[in-house]
Amino acid sequence: MTLSGALEVASCTDPGMVRSHNEDSIASDGDQGLVVLADGMGGYNAGEVASGMATTVIITELQQLLERRVPYEIDAQSGQLVAHRLLHEQIAKANTSIYQAAQSQPQYAGMGTTLVVALFYDNKMTVAHIGDSRLYRLRGGELRQVTKDHSLLQEQIDSGVITPQQARQSQNKNLVTRALGIDPIVEAEIHDYETQPEDIYLLCSDGLCDMVSDDDIGLALQTLSSNLKLCAQHLVQTANDNGGRDNISVILVRVLRDYPASRSIVGKMMSWFK
Amino acid sequence: MAKLILSMDGLVLKEIALTKERTTIGRKPHNDIQIDNLAVSGEHAVIVTILQDSFLEDLGSTNGTVVNGQPIKKHFLQNNDIIELGKYKLRYVNEAVAGQAKAADFEKTMVLRPGSVKPATAAPAASAPAGPAAAAPVAVAAAVGAKNFSDTVAGQSATAAPVAPPPKPAAAPQKNAALQLLSGANAGKELDLTKPLTTLGKPGVQVAVITRRPQGFFITHVEGASFPVVNGKTLDAQAHSLNDHDVIELAGVKMEFFLKT
Repeated sequence: MTLSGALEVASCTDPGMVRSHNEDSIASDGDQGLVVLADGMGGYNAGEVASGMATTVIITELQQLLERRVPYEIDAQSGQLVAHRLLHEQIAKANTSIYQAAQSQPQYAGMGTTLVVALFYDNKMTVAHIGDSRLYRLRGGELRQVTKDHSLLQEQIDSGVITPQQARQSQNKNLVTRALGIDPIVEAEIHDYETQPEDIYLLCSDGLCDMVSDDDIGLALQTLSSNLKLCAQHLVQTANDNGGRDNISVILVRVLRDYPASRSIVGKMMSWFK
Repeated sequence: MAKLILSMDGLVLKEIALTKERTTIGRKPHNDIQIDNLAVSGEHAVIVTILQDSFLEDLGSTNGTVVNGQPIKKHFLQNNDIIELGKYKLRYVNEAVAGQAKAADFEKTMVLRPGSVKPATAAPAASAPAGPAAAAPVAVAAAVGAKNFSDTVAGQSATAAPVAPPPKPAAAPQKNAALQLLSGANAGKELDLTKPLTTLGKPGVQVAVITRRPQGFFITHVEGASFPVVNGKTLDAQAHSLNDHDVIELAGVKMEFFLKT
C-alpha cells in the first residue's frame, strides 16, 4: 500500500552551535507513511551510533514488512492492530541491536537513544515514542504536543511538584526515564490518532523544544506551511539563533489529502500479490 | 551545588550547602538552618531539593516568607533569589547556573533508572548534591538512582547533571523595523515588523516572509513561481539580508523597508 501524494515530508538536522557532532538521526519514507527520529546519547560517537542503528533498523524493517502486512488489520496471533505489533517488534529489535552492541563493544558501553516514530495509514497515525523526543500537531492554527516525555521533569509536572512554566527554568532538563538500548527490554508508548487534511505534524529532538518556545514553533508552522522545507530550516535556525545548545532535528509531515485504506477485495488481493 | 548565604544587615554570617532533600529553616534548634530571632517561626520554611532544582515552601509561618520582595507560599528558587525572614536574608546561589559556560559540554541527556542503586554505579549520587536516591520520592514512584548514562564518561558527568538555564528569548535585533507600502490600494500604509515572522504577498500566488533575527531582518521566498525583487534585483531561494531603505517588490506591490529608531 502506498500513500504517494497524501503526505508531504520535509526534514532538517543540525549539530547546533555548541556540540561538535550530531548525535541525532532521522529517516523518512513518505510513500510508506513512515517517519523516524532518534536522539542518541553516550560517550564519544556512541550516541550517533545508537540513534543511527535505531532509525536504520526501524525504517528498513518496516519498509519491507509494510509491503506484506496491512497496518489497519487486527493481527490474528496477538489480537493487536498490525501497526502496533509491527512497531512493538521492530522497536524491540532495535533495542536488542543497540543493547548487544553496547554490551559487546567497550567503546559503545552505555549508549542509548530516544525515539519517536509515526506511521500513517488509513486516515490515521500510530505514534510510538521513548524518551524526550516529541511529536506535535498543528490543526486549525493550534499547536498541541501529542507525546508526553518520559523524563524526570514530566513526572514532576504530573505529580504537581512543578508547573509547566517552571519546568522551562529547571536545571533537571536532561534526565530521561526511558531510552532505547539501555536495558534488555524497553516499553514504547504507542497511541493512535485520527488525522485530517491540512494537519501538520512535527517530530523533533529536545534541541528544538528546549530552545524555541511552543508559540514560536506554532507561528513558524502556521506561517511557513506552504513551504515545508523552508519551515524545517527556519525552526533549526531559530534554535541556533537562541543558542543552539544541543543537536537539533526536525521532521515535518503535512497531510495533503485523505488516504483511506482500500478495503475492497480487489485492493486486498493487490496488496497480497505485491 | 546550590547553596544559601545567610546575612544580616549586609554582613555574611554563614554559607549553607543544600545537600539534603529537605532543608528546614526555623527558630527551633532542630532546624537545619536555625535563625534565633523572634520574627522567625519555630518551623518557618523548608527547601526541597530535587537534583539541581530547589523549591522553597513557607510552613505557615507567622510573619511569612518573602522572596525578592514578594510574599510567597511556594517558590521555585532561581539563582540569586533573596529570601527574607525578618531582618535576615538568605541568598540562593546555584553554581550550576553560574558555571554554565563550563557546564555546556556536560549537559548531555542521561537516563534515570528505577531500581536499586549499586555502589559501583552510584558515582553521580556521591558527588551530586541531593543524591538522587534521596531526591525524588514525589517525582518517581520507584526508588530512583541516577545511573550515569555512559560509563565511559562517568568521570566527567558526575559533576555534569546541571543543564544550562533555558534560553533567553531570542536576542532580538536592537532596532525595530517596518515596511511602508509604496504602491497598490494601501499605498502609504505602514506595517511594523514586530513578530519573528511576517508574511507578505498573496497565498497561492506569491508569498515571501520577513524573519526577525538577532543578526537583523531577512527576506525569504516562500511560495509562488516568481521571486521577490529587492532594489531591482530578483532574489533566489536563499534568505536575503535587508538594509535600511531597501525597496521590495512582491506580487505587484512595492514597499520600502526601513529601520525605526
